[in-house]
Amino acid sequence: MKVDQPRYKTSDEVDFVIVGSGAAGGILAKELSTNGFRVVVLEQGPYLTEADFTHNEIEVFAQDKLTNHPKLQPNTFRKTPDEKAKPQRALVYGRCVGGTSVHFTANFWRFHEIDFIERSKVGPIPGANLMDWPITYADLEPYYTKVEWEIGVSGLAGASPFDPPRSKPYPMPPLPVKSSGVIFERAARKLGWHPYPAPMAILSQARAGRSACVNCGFCLGFGCEVGAKSSSLVAAIRVAEKTGRCEIRPNSYVHRIETDANGRATGAVYYDEKRNVHLQKAKAIVVCANGAETPRLLLLSANKQFPNGLANSSGIVGKYLMFNTYAAVMGLYEHPLNEYKGYAVSRVLHDFYELDSQKVGFYGGGGLDARIDFTPIGFAMGGLPPGTPRWGKDFKAAMAHDFTRTMEVSTHGTSLPVENNSFSLDPELKDAWGLPALRMTYKDHPDDLKLTNWLLERAHEVHEAAGAQKKWGFPAQEQQFGVHLLGTCRMGNDPKTSVINADHRTHDVKNLFLCDGSSLVTSGRGQPTMTIEALAFRAADRITALAKRGEISA
Amino acid sequence: MSELNRRNFLLRMGTGFSATWATANWPALLSAATHAHNATKAATPPKFEFFIPEEAAEVEAITARIIPTDDTPGAREAGVVYFIDRGLVTFGVDDQKTYREGLPELHARVSELFPSASKFSGLTAEQQDEVLRSFDDSAPAGRRAFRARPGAQDFFQTVRLHTITGFLIDPEYGGNREGVGWKLIGREREHAFQPPFGYYDKDYPGWQSAAKEADKT
Repeated sequence: MKVDQPRYKTSDEVDFVIVGSGAAGGILAKELSTNGFRVVVLEQGPYLTEADFTHNEIEVFAQDKLTNHPKLQPNTFRKTPDEKAKPQRALVYGRCVGGTSVHFTANFWRFHEIDFIERSKVGPIPGANLMDWPITYADLEPYYTKVEWEIGVSGLAGASPFDPPRSKPYPMPPLPVKSSGVIFERAARKLGWHPYPAPMAILSQARAGRSACVNCGFCLGFGCEVGAKSSSLVAAIRVAEKTGRCEIRPNSYVHRIETDANGRATGAVYYDEKRNVHLQKAKAIVVCANGAETPRLLLLSANKQFPNGLANSSGIVGKYLMFNTYAAVMGLYEHPLNEYKGYAVSRVLHDFYELDSQKVGFYGGGGLDARIDFTPIGFAMGGLPPGTPRWGKDFKAAMAHDFTRTMEVSTHGTSLPVENNSFSLDPELKDAWGLPALRMTYKDHPDDLKLTNWLLERAHEVHEAAGAQKKWGFPAQEQQFGVHLLGTCRMGNDPKTSVINADHRTHDVKNLFLCDGSSLVTSGRGQPTMTIEALAFRAADRITALAKRGEISA
Repeated sequence: MSELNRRNFLLRMGTGFSATWATANWPALLSAATHAHNATKAATPPKFEFFIPEEAAEVEAITARIIPTDDTPGAREAGVVYFIDRGLVTFGVDDQKTYREGLPELHARVSELFPSASKFSGLTAEQQDEVLRSFDDSAPAGRRAFRARPGAQDFFQTVRLHTITGFLIDPEYGGNREGVGWKLIGREREHAFQPPFGYYDKDYPGWQSAAKEADKT
């Protein structure tokens, strides 16, 4: 599977070093190398391919084969800045070539127009710092289309009346509907809502040398064994490699960006697999290390000239962390649904994307979808209705009866940007390399919790309208764990209130660019990867234009 | 963690990752798997690596009350005890202590509740359940002869987790001998599936027709 790549010397000043090979890094590698630049991608995790992926729950969930490892990379958590943070696993991200796009569920909603202009449309919200993006939906639309066609998204254009305008239909029809999708669709229609086939970054038809989905049922947490899931690994990295100008260097843990006396970035310092230190020189650096590791790398790169961390004259690097809210109501049905077969989500609805805050009494919006997220072991541990015996004959009977008959209606919604919610360097805890560990501070904005409870009521209504035999869920709780890591190096025109400009260039360091979940100014309503990838395609265009005009190396 | 919190925790994890429950609750149990798989396939009974045979018999008796054998196979038929044994010398090394401290505690409770008995595995099923209920603070209040002792709750919760894991893991990775766990819950063993997947999508007329039908009503 692996293609011959160039091997650049670390002393060779390449055009671009890209830190991270995930959703954004993979696309930037593809675009910049295709545009003729010499690129080195430094990825902290291993280079795994389809042959390495399995359905082994132990390997994936207990041993973190594809993700950041809590023993090597511990972190701390606290709710507010006046608390001392305690060690507690608070985040999961992909740590292999392809990043989180290897193991994600692949829900690929576009953001809507509102997501870019919330501040000017709704005004200030107490306790949050909403800001307009420096770009609009219209600016990003061509790049959403590019993601759908070049990376591979299945869906049905025009199926949702709430969808933002699009310039082209999807390249492939939706994946086959699941029983949960049919139940959800019928119930939601009864309620007068508008369910539609979920857009998924999974191939419904063979395409670009990749197989269509075989419905094995192991999406969430697992790498796709047939290459049907549109990860950066199969959809972008392989194209970058074919240019002959892009080197993917796995097991390379970047922990500092060097700058010269003129305040320009000169290269990325990293540990190789044997923990030897190298400096890869480059004319420019693009950091795509995710919403946690990108701000951490900037903070770790503090020096005399940049005492608060690189590109941090605003003091907001790491701040305004957003997760998206999530909750679910489970329902039990008469006949087997067999949700363990196939991909995760076949129907979604966006009737509540823009709620009237005067009516509901809070700000925010969201979506509902139909799915089940449990593997058999997870289901037996935590998926049964409350009051079910936890062991013995009746437990066994419940597990035997309910596993194929259970589904969930899950809710996805806004996280408001709150300054205290952040990633910073822990003053005490170190990772296995002796570097300061990530410290997460997070407390949901009250509106986020109100929104989640409001959406949960709608989820209950779906199960009711569908005639569920039983349904159960729990009120929203404050989040202490994130997988959508957003907003920590926000984009903006004003260097005092943002870290990067609309070209993804840091305001402070002219040849340093950031592009990943950290770039987002607002959280959308869930499912951010589509937008991260659209931003990456757009960033590649902007960076290419700057480089061709000689405005980077100047 | 209370049941409500545990479930909520699990549900929340589901967003991106059901994973975390595993990291939080699972000791890195199990290449165990492979061993249990081979062990249960072998013609001669496999050797235990962590337990002595008497301990294995006790642990197996517990697993058989967590997922009992009735008209369908239970933990015993799935070879769960082999899975646990192997786990404790590989990825589950951190849990050895839980078993080392838990088994003597089990015996103490057996002799306190049933002075004439010497082994848990020698009790009737009803007696065994009574002993296990004394460990499980979520069980309906029965005879609570014991103060919560440190580690006791952990022991039962750990055996429960290991039993469920050994019963429902992909048979390819050990445990779940001959797929009996999956068969029980109705999970087919194929590696790939075709629609229709379940009862409700069988007669689905397709998106366009479904949309039209909905418009009519």
